[in-house]
Amino acid sequence: MTAHPIGAAGFLHRFDGLRARLPGARLPWIQALREQAADAFRVQGFPTRRVEAWKYTDLRQVADAGFDEALSAVDSAPALPPAHGGARVVFVDGRSRPDLSTVDGLPYAVESLAAALEAQEGRLGSLARPAEQPMAALNTMLFEDGLVVTVPAGVAGGVLDLVSLGSASERPEAFHPRHLIRLEAGASLTLIETATGPEDARYLHNPVFEIEVGFGATLTHARIQQEAPRAFQLATVYARVEKGGTYDNFTLNAGAKLVRNEIHTLLAGPAATCHMNGAQLLRDGQHADTTTVLDHAAPDCASRQTYKTVLMGKSRGVFQGRIHVHQVAQRTDGYQMNQALLLSPEAEIDSKPQLEIYADDVKCSHGATVGEIDADQLFYLRARGIPEARARAMLVEAFLTEAVEGVQDETARAALGAAVTGWWEAVA
Amino acid sequence: MPAVTETIDTVQSVTEGAYKWGFETDIEMEFAPKGLNEDIVRFISAKKKEPQWLLDWRLKAFAIWQKMEEPLWAAVKYPPIDYQDAYYYAAPKAGPKSLDEVDPELLKTYAKLGIPLKEQAFLAGVEGAGESPADARMPVAIDAVFDSVSVATSYKERLGKEGIIFCSISEAVQTHPELIRQYLGTVVPQGDNFYAALNSAVFTDGSFVYIPKGVRCPMELSTYFRINAKSTGQFERTLIIADEGSTVSYLEGCTAPMRDENQLHAAVVELVALDDASIKYSTVQNWYPGDAEGRGGIYNFVTKRAQCRGRRSKVSWTQVETGSAITWKYPSCVLLGDDSVGEFYSVAITNNRQQADTGTKMIHVGKRTTSTIISKGISAGRGQNTYRGLVRVAPTASGARNFTQCDSLLIGDQCGAHTVPYIENRCMTAKTEHEATTSRIAEDQLFYCRQRGMTQEEAVGLIVNGFCREVLKELPMEFAVEAQKLLQISLEGSVG
Repeated sequence: MTAHPIGAAGFLHRFDGLRARLPGARLPWIQALREQAADAFRVQGFPTRRVEAWKYTDLRQVADAGFDEALSAVDSAPALPPAHGGARVVFVDGRSRPDLSTVDGLPYAVESLAAALEAQEGRLGSLARPAEQPMAALNTMLFEDGLVVTVPAGVAGGVLDLVSLGSASERPEAFHPRHLIRLEAGASLTLIETATGPEDARYLHNPVFEIEVGFGATLTHARIQQEAPRAFQLATVYARVEKGGTYDNFTLNAGAKLVRNEIHTLLAGPAATCHMNGAQLLRDGQHADTTTVLDHAAPDCASRQTYKTVLMGKSRGVFQGRIHVHQVAQRTDGYQMNQALLLSPEAEIDSKPQLEIYADDVKCSHGATVGEIDADQLFYLRARGIPEARARAMLVEAFLTEAVEGVQDETARAALGAAVTGWWEAVA
Repeated sequence: MPAVTETIDTVQSVTEGAYKWGFETDIEMEFAPKGLNEDIVRFISAKKKEPQWLLDWRLKAFAIWQKMEEPLWAAVKYPPIDYQDAYYYAAPKAGPKSLDEVDPELLKTYAKLGIPLKEQAFLAGVEGAGESPADARMPVAIDAVFDSVSVATSYKERLGKEGIIFCSISEAVQTHPELIRQYLGTVVPQGDNFYAALNSAVFTDGSFVYIPKGVRCPMELSTYFRINAKSTGQFERTLIIADEGSTVSYLEGCTAPMRDENQLHAAVVELVALDDASIKYSTVQNWYPGDAEGRGGIYNFVTKRAQCRGRRSKVSWTQVETGSAITWKYPSCVLLGDDSVGEFYSVAITNNRQQADTGTKMIHVGKRTTSTIISKGISAGRGQNTYRGLVRVAPTASGARNFTQCDSLLIGDQCGAHTVPYIENRCMTAKTEHEATTSRIAEDQLFYCRQRGMTQEEAVGLIVNGFCREVLKELPMEFAVEAQKLLQISLEGSVG
């Protein structure tokens, strides 16, 4: 048996082998995208901690894992998480499973990328920046499938579940779905994404989202990350919001051994709004990194970010948030808060909020706090006869609820609330 | 600096809008050849009659420096520096023994800088001048560093009675080699960073302070730095040791002539506070900032760090940064002793094309250590102002506490204000808080002032001073007056 190349070399080796068989191999524009991405990935490889954007997240354990491409059996019928609305698309190991999905009668188009690839010229790759983000380069090089959603102008899309399942296999598998979401003028959609896998599965889930929120459109994007305990998720979201549009993202990181949740939002049109909220719930041995990059590139936009991290055992949480206010973006209103609660003496939190401001008529602020459960609050509850364990649980719950409360859409808020409560009940 | 009232007068009498300390003194200087190599390091060491161990220490630093790369992570832009195209040693020729012998140009320089006549005599190195009757004001002992060498230190004898050592570092190498050897490079090691390594190899002078056990220094200690000669870099090294239970307040001021070329200033400051000791270090940095188009000005690449080694020790940094074309400076505290305290108060102004990337590092190691960071950045014209700071809490620092506040003010739409804090907490019982805001001067505040008959510029000056109040109130009183004036001058031409 020949040695299996690992790290960046392993993925490049696989790309060389698969090149002719990957979807779109006969489309010159896809080929060009993949080749450029491969060049970028060849140069950058897996980022080391010497790269500023990856200062606190070491990808060595991901690079060293040695992945195979996914070979999921078509007839497998995995258990699915509960649905939040009627419509649901299911991906197993990054591949669309129409047999498990329910998309009939929707007032908008839901397609699989593999099937609809030819029509995505100019759309696929319009927002992702593989030259600057090695994981997006890896995705571009090897993506096979993904979700393509287009909500026409003025259509209220309701709730759509996106379920991503990893499966257990002998060797760890890697999959790199590419999801394209487009809301035309005045459209709306609530996209609830649940990523999970069986207890013993080891895999790398490396999705890239390209999201376009049109004039006055509203997208609620709830990401519930409950991957298998030994799995890795490296997700990169690129969103562009036009005039008067709203992008409401909430990311819950509860599973996986290591997760990086990177969100790039561009407020491209005036009076656009963006909410990026999230919670990271970490148990012993977990590493979760949320990195946000927010570009205020038009005047009169508002942005709100609240991120909360609860750390137990020997876990490590990372928050990096950059707000860039361009010179044209006068009357920007930007706010960012990240808070961490340390419940263990072995936990570590690293936080790097960042403001980069080139316009003068702005109101921008950020805050960051780290601490343990407040002794006064605990005392207050105990003085009222609440046992210590219960009092602690209440305070942690209250801490987390604040982040979830910022989500505007009721269905998404309820789904996230349930996931948070479920996590806390499982660990407490 | 006691010079304040005079300085203000000087400032007011000069025409508006220009850098007031931009004159050049034409005195006879001694230079080492241009460029940097081992021979220059040996030359400097020989000039200073240094012991072998110090020469070896410098050469080691030089070897480290040669292998290092210039840091490029700061949010500042400048053309590459040619380290071979500068003089690393420049000194006024032969020191005077009486006032008559003093180069009159040197005296004139001090007069222009607004240093009172009495002190001019000390600074000119006139023997016995330190024994003149006490000033009506609170006396301040001054060490003046002119280009590469310390020209004089005042009040030496009076301080000597308390056992306080305050002299130039080259003198201390001769008179107190054991202290230098014990402490030099223990806070900022030779290989700490590119500029610190360069400084370690070629530092020419600076101040040395030692406060013995239990002594409260009876007066403010002050060093006055000036770059005068052309094409010189200034590399001073300051070392302050506060022994158990002692207290000292130290002030530092800096100016340079106006030139079209950029000059390099790469200083290292090391502070050591032992049990129950307290050091207050204040800086008013007013190096030449370059002209409105960004020509000339000082590159101020400085490493300042304090170690609170003792229990209950305290170090407080206060800085007002108005000068320099580029500022790259992060006065830091390593809080080793239990219950030790670190503070950082900063005002940084960038106008025209100035760039400042400044902040602090607070490293919590000891139990119940506390730190406070208050940073006020003001950007005007095409200035770029970055706060960059690190708060790191080690697992050992149980009960540690940090509070950080960074506020930025933007004046005009061509400037930038940036905040880059790093918070790394590995201790459950520690608590860290950070908040930052960015805004411009509110229209209603301006309107209110204008309505009461103030000019636009006066109104902005008043508001900016209010914005900086939390920091300015930390400065020794006389310094604070000067700093307020400086803020106003620095913002001239940025309004309306």
